[in-house]
Order: sequence, then C-alpha cells, then structure tokens
Amino acid sequence: MQGGRRSFLKMAGGTALAAGALPGITSCAERAGTHGTGKRLAMVVDLKVCSQHADCTECAKACHLAHNVPSFPKGEGALEPNVKYDEIKWIWKEDFEHAFPTEENHYLPARVTARQLPVLCNHCDNPPCVRVCPTKATFKRESDGIVMMDWHRCIGCRYCVVACPYGSRSFNWWNPRPYIAKINPQFPTRMKGVVEKCTFCEERIARNQKPACVEACPHGAMVFGDLNQEGSDVRMRLTSGFSIRRKPELGTQPEVYYLV
Amino acid sequence: MFEKALVGSRRYWLWILGLCAVIATGGICYLWQLRDGMGITGMSRDVTWGFYIAQFTFLVGVAASAVMVVLPYYLHNYKAFGRMTVLGEFLAVAACSMCLLFVMVDIGTPYRAINMLLHPTPNSILFWDAVVLNGYLLINATITRVSLVAERKGEHPPAWIKPIIYLSIPWAVSIHTVTAFLYCGLGARPFWFTAILAPRFLASAFASGPSFLILLIMVLRKFTRFDPGKEPIGKLAQIVTYGMLINLFFVALELFTAFYSGMPEHMIHFQYLFVGIGEHKELVPWMWASMTLAVVAVLMLLSPKVRGDYKLLTIACVLVFVSIWIDKGMGMVVGGFSPSTLGTITDYLPTVPEVLVSLAIYAVGFLMITVFYKIALSVRDEVA
Repeated sequence: MQGGRRSFLKMAGGTALAAGALPGITSCAERAGTHGTGKRLAMVVDLKVCSQHADCTECAKACHLAHNVPSFPKGEGALEPNVKYDEIKWIWKEDFEHAFPTEENHYLPARVTARQLPVLCNHCDNPPCVRVCPTKATFKRESDGIVMMDWHRCIGCRYCVVACPYGSRSFNWWNPRPYIAKINPQFPTRMKGVVEKCTFCEERIARNQKPACVEACPHGAMVFGDLNQEGSDVRMRLTSGFSIRRKPELGTQPEVYYLV
Repeated sequence: MFEKALVGSRRYWLWILGLCAVIATGGICYLWQLRDGMGITGMSRDVTWGFYIAQFTFLVGVAASAVMVVLPYYLHNYKAFGRMTVLGEFLAVAACSMCLLFVMVDIGTPYRAINMLLHPTPNSILFWDAVVLNGYLLINATITRVSLVAERKGEHPPAWIKPIIYLSIPWAVSIHTVTAFLYCGLGARPFWFTAILAPRFLASAFASGPSFLILLIMVLRKFTRFDPGKEPIGKLAQIVTYGMLINLFFVALELFTAFYSGMPEHMIHFQYLFVGIGEHKELVPWMWASMTLAVVAVLMLLSPKVRGDYKLLTIACVLVFVSIWIDKGMGMVVGGFSPSTLGTITDYLPTVPEVLVSLAIYAVGFLMITVFYKIALSVRDEVA
C-alpha cells in the first residue's frame, strides 16, 4: 500500500510537471511569429525612394535634435569623449552590408547595396533586450508594442546592448549634456551611466503626431502606423511590394520593414 | 578569531601593506571612473563588455572549483583532502567576493544596483547570476566559519552544517552554468551561442581553480608549517589534468562545428581571435600563447613524474592558470564582440585606469585569502 501511494504520488507529480511545462513550451513556440491582435505600431522604409537621396540625413538630424542626443568630437584617444568609441545614436544611415549582413546575394542592384539606409530600434515583438534586462528598465508597452526605456531605473549593466542583434542601443560612457548642441527643453536629457535608444517617439505619438524622423523625411520614404489595422498606411505599403527585415532568422520579429 | 590575523611577521605585514597600496591606487581610479563616466575604460559602443566582465567570468570558475576538494572529501570520503577543504572554501569566498566587485565596477550607475532587488526580474539571467553568486558566497562563508569554530574547540562540526555542505556541491555547478547562460542565450552573438559553453566553462574551471589551489599550497608550504602531504597534491594535479584535457576537447568540438559547417558568423570570431581580420590582430598573439601554454601544460601533466615533482608541477600549474586566464579573461568576452552585430570591428584594449581598478579587486581577493588562511592555519597551530 505504502509503495503504491508513493509511486502514485511520483506519477502525479510527474504528470503535473509535464502539464506545467507543456503550456510553457507551446506558448514559447506560439510567441515566435505573432504580433498579437491589438494595436501594433510599425514602420516601413521605402528603400526605392530613400536610396535616391544618398546624402540626405534629415531623419537622423530631426530625431537627434528632438531627443537631445549628444554628438561627440572626432578623436582617437580612449580617455576622452569621442565619436569613435562613445557615439550615441537613435537612428542613423548604415551601409547595406552592415544592416543586412546575411543578405549575400551576388549582383544585387547598386541602388540597393551601394546606398546607405536608415536603421533604428526595431521594436521587436520578441525583444531580446527586454528579456535580459535585470530591472525591467526596458520593457514592452502592451498597448502598442513600443519597446520603452525607463532612464531612471536603468543601472547601466549594458546587458541589453549585448543582447540587441541590431546595435540599436547606446550607452552613455560620459556625461552627454555638454555635447548637446542645442538642448530641447521639451524632452529630458540623459546622464552618464545609462542606456538609451529610439522610443518610436512615444512622446509625439501621445500628442497624435508622427515620429520626428517620419515627419522630417522630405521624400516620404518612411511610413508609420498600426500594423494590425486593416487599411493603415503601413499595411498598404507592405502589401504593395516585397519587403525585408533585419535578421528575421533570430525570431525577434522586428517591426521595421524595408521595401526593396 | 580575527585577532589571529593581526599578529604576524614583518614579511606578512609588508605583503598586507603592499596589497593595501594596490587597493588604494585602484580605488582612486574607480573614483575617477565614477566622476567622469565609464568612458575612461577601453570599452565602447561596440565592445560593450570588456576586462571587468571577463575577469568576473574567469573568477566564477575559480570560485566553482572549490567543489573539486569538497566533493571527494564529503561524498567519497576521500580523507586526504580533509585538511584542504577549508582552503578550497576560503578560496571560493574570496573569488566570489571578487566576482561581485567586478560586476559592481562594471555597472554604469552603481548606486542604483539595488534596483535588481527592488524590481526582481526572473527572465533576466543577470538576476539569477546575482542570486546564485550571493548564495554561493553565503554558503561558503557559513561553512568555513562553522568548521573553523568547531576546529578551534576541538569538536566535530555540528550536524546541521552537513546538508549545507552537500548543497554547496550542486550550487558550485550552478554558478558557472548560470554565468555561461549569461552569454549563450543570445541570438545576437554567434560566438557564444553554443550549448557547450557551460560545460566548457566548468571544465576550464576545474583546471584553473585546482591549479591555483596547488600554487597556494606551494606558497603555504614555503612560508608556513602547513603541508597537506604528497597524496592530496598529486590528486589535485590529476584533477587539473583531466579538467584541462576535457577543456581542450571542448575547444576542439567548437572549432569542428564552426569550421566544418562553414557558417560565416560562427567561423569569423575564431578567425578574429586566431589569425586576425585585416589589420585587427591585437588578440592573435595572446590566443596562440594561451593555446601553446595549454598544450605544453597538458603534455607535462600527463606524466606522473611531473605531477610528483613539486617544481615541475608548480610550473605546469602556472601554465594552466595563465592559459585559462588569457582564454577567459581576454579572448572569450572580447571575441564575442568582434565583429559586432553589424559586422564591424572596433579594437579593444583595457586602459590603464581599467587595469588598475581590476588589479585592486584582485588585491582585495588576495588580502581576503591571506587573512583567511592566516586565521585558519593559526587556529590549527593552536589546536595542535
């Protein structure tokens, strides 16, 4: 009797464990590949348009001006603030081969590969940065999918910078304030020792404005909106042509799309 | 019991004073880092973790290796290790403390570190690493304290400490496993994205830790009356040999999967470390030195004659320790960042203040080991 009860308990325990683990595994499997049914903000960059304007950096200029992003002087010395080691950027133009390191097709048209394209935080559906943050200083806003930052909670461990596959996060190696050309009083400055990145202009979205980069683009190459809303700008653009995303094989589900 | 650490020879005090000087120098550099920012280190936007976190990773291994003296003694009743377990546990306490210090100096806003407790986040491996490391420190501090008090009174340690000692064994495995998980769960970093990282960490730890313990015993034999005898030292040397062989085997497995599959993002980090990419070659001599030292050490240690000869064994242990230090403390972390997620390479070398802060933390560790061992050996002398 004793043995019977014991083996029953073992079996029950094992079953309970399996029953507990199974939903965990299946939910992980489901997680990859969906962006929910609620509001899901996304961006589409039309490279056909953008690549025609090689020297244009209006998006980055507008963003960095609006968000008090510092610019460090050129220089080589590691002991002084300089752009080589310490650069902070929320959106910038990057070479095709760096933005898409695994797209190694030969003889791609020069309008795609020879030009730079804007890159920024992808506001992934499965953001690795959120997964690794030990203080929830970076988190995913459930209401619209924006990956947010709490600069007052960040301890500066930089685990998120290590985990981000897109190099979209910057750490303040120095006090940034002396290197901000013109401080925008509408937006907070950061301090040394915290990580920062693009927030899809959540402060502008709250005022029903478009993100600064989208608004600043003189050629209309950037489109922003709710991916889950039928007929939204981003949906129309995505159904109109072939788009690619950065490192989709990692399962992060980036929400910045590039029309090629 | 602490009063035992306050009486010592001139040489003892000079050593303590020297360590304090190193600590003070590094302390000043740390204040500099606090004032100006972490920009004074060699780390950068692309190489986001550097020397500090690498030392942390290496020392987690040293801490975990205490299990290699505790396990044979308590689980297999291997009596010859009886006089050494407390040394291994003290080493674990010192190594754990150094680990925590290295994490603290690597944090950009250290006064907010408490946020990890205020907002515990179980999905972050860093959270679990803090849990297991602090736990391991607490466990070993308790064990050493209780065993030493008992030894002083000439009694057996109380029965309740036994389960804690048994707990320390899987816990030691956990600290290095969780530390490997910090790295190997990141799709962004192919160099670390390998299931063998945790076993490889453990194998190298079971070589570097016991080899360091052998070196400490050699020092103690020279300067104190402590001598555990030939048998346990020989046994430790065997453990080092196996650890190093398995470590090299695991490295070979990594090289096979990377290069036979031919997947560029897996190969390129090894290329960066061992042959360099373009003009970026600063780690190449270090990595080859590490490899050469490892092979020479293994060839030496395979011979029972070397393991029995204290002079040769000391040399072999130094080679093992330095080889693994280079591998973990220089190559492992930086290699994962070069090339970056965008395929670019940024050179990294620790700056002078960065090295001085690191040296200061090592000095804190050595100070702890010195004081602990002084107390432990004085208690033994007193009882004897």
